[in-house]
Amino acid sequence: MYSEKVMDHFQNPRNVGEIENASGVGTVGNAKCGDIMRIYLDIDEVGVIRDCKFKTFGCGAAVATSSMATELVKGKTVQEALKVTNKAVMEALDGLPPVKVHCSLLAEEAIHAALWDYAEKNGIRIEGLEKPKSDIHEGEEEEEEEY
Amino acid sequence: MKKLIYLDNAATTKTAPQVVEAMIPYFTEHFGNPSSVYSLAAESRKAVTEARETIAKALGAATEEIYFTAGGSEADNWALKAAAESYSSKGKHIITTKIEHHAILHTCEWLEKKGFEVTYLNVDENGVVKLEELRRAVRPDTILISVMYANNEIGTLQPIREIGELARERGILFHTDAVQAFGHVPIQVEELHIDMLSASGHKLNGPKGIGFLYIRKGLKLRSLIHGGAQERKRRAGTENVPGIVGFGKAVERAFASMEERTSQERELRDYLIDRVLKEIPYTRLNGHRTSRLPNNANFSFQFIEGESLLIMLDMEGICGSSGSACTSGSLDPSHVLLAVGLPHEIAHGSLRLTLNEEITREDLDFVVEQLKRIVEHLRSMSPLYEDFMRRR
Repeated sequence: MYSEKVMDHFQNPRNVGEIENASGVGTVGNAKCGDIMRIYLDIDEVGVIRDCKFKTFGCGAAVATSSMATELVKGKTVQEALKVTNKAVMEALDGLPPVKVHCSLLAEEAIHAALWDYAEKNGIRIEGLEKPKSDIHEGEEEEEEEY
Repeated sequence: MKKLIYLDNAATTKTAPQVVEAMIPYFTEHFGNPSSVYSLAAESRKAVTEARETIAKALGAATEEIYFTAGGSEADNWALKAAAESYSSKGKHIITTKIEHHAILHTCEWLEKKGFEVTYLNVDENGVVKLEELRRAVRPDTILISVMYANNEIGTLQPIREIGELARERGILFHTDAVQAFGHVPIQVEELHIDMLSASGHKLNGPKGIGFLYIRKGLKLRSLIHGGAQERKRRAGTENVPGIVGFGKAVERAFASMEERTSQERELRDYLIDRVLKEIPYTRLNGHRTSRLPNNANFSFQFIEGESLLIMLDMEGICGSSGSACTSGSLDPSHVLLAVGLPHEIAHGSLRLTLNEEITREDLDFVVEQLKRIVEHLRSMSPLYEDFMRRR
């Protein structure tokens, strides 16, 4: 069901944990749908992400996408991190099963939420960053009607 | 290669070697169509008759009351749709429960679209139907009550006798989905006032693709498949002879060993439940503590999600199942766990382990050790656990 990369990141997740006094923390998803992702960012004075950690309640794909997302944003500037899309996370993991694509959206959203928190804390505006949605499942397709 | 510890026997079971052995000649030698005239066909005809007798005897039914189908879902669909149609002149109200298998629930939803009214009964925190609520739900136009014998997820057994009595008193048909229970607990259809009963072969070490619907004599039920005269013209089509033979053998085997097998399963099940509840904090047992299938254990581990747990167990050679959304392909966790009152996040962290006769205490010791390690690992990654520990 999952690619080797997904299994690797699920079995050996990178950057699990918390950051004390983080520059930004973002939590997205909800327990109702079965996945919650929390991302911690440590950002230096010039806007480079020094460290990034995560905690995730969710399926194998949710854990793997969080792990990969933290890897992708680490060492990047805030602007570069904004460009880490769910597509980039998926590609880096050699793809996800169609029903798990929402996990990668969640990862993108979690990074954005953490960046939003960082911007708010510092009273700055990050170009191109919008306030994150509270529920990433909004607007997903309805099931086909049976008859 | 790790030893495989298969604990998903509610999903399907291994076909017993004796069952496979019994089936083989009906592929290779006695392959005749039971409807044919020549003597080759007599062998397969005889085998079908014998299997039907074995199954009827196990239920305390007559042979002509057993109708072979391609499985449990087919039997459920047939029972509900045909009963609704045949008795619609009397009324259009059906009563079932919120914790039925989807073969019942989705059929009921379809019937609702066709103009029937369905009452879905609640269950208590153990997953048991409330008889008082059932009594109140009965109306003059109620034509059918369908309540499962035992739940497939949490294993809870239902008060079938009381429901049967109530249905009989009020002149309402009573169907029970016994897919999980048949071959695991004794069932006597006459004593329990059951009018229709669905069962499946592969849940008791028989082959897949074979099941039956018991239809009490005198019930007016339309045919499921029109065609030849097979199954008393009610379910046409050349018989699945090897499947029927295998099913018969599996029933023979399951009923001969039932007492011994289930008492061993019960003992090991209780051992597993006791250890898990004692050794893993923030864990609950789902379903009734005692009135449950002999081989079923179902837990909820707070703060973690079921699919992650299943993948990690699989890496250790342990097969289980979960009611989490991720394992169902939808966003909602198991309707059964929600019906017993679990909040969503706890329902997502459920694990069902269903034993068989080959499972040993050593196997379960290994499972408990792995569970402790995996649950702890997943909790260490969980933001829900982090929040919970902070609040403490």
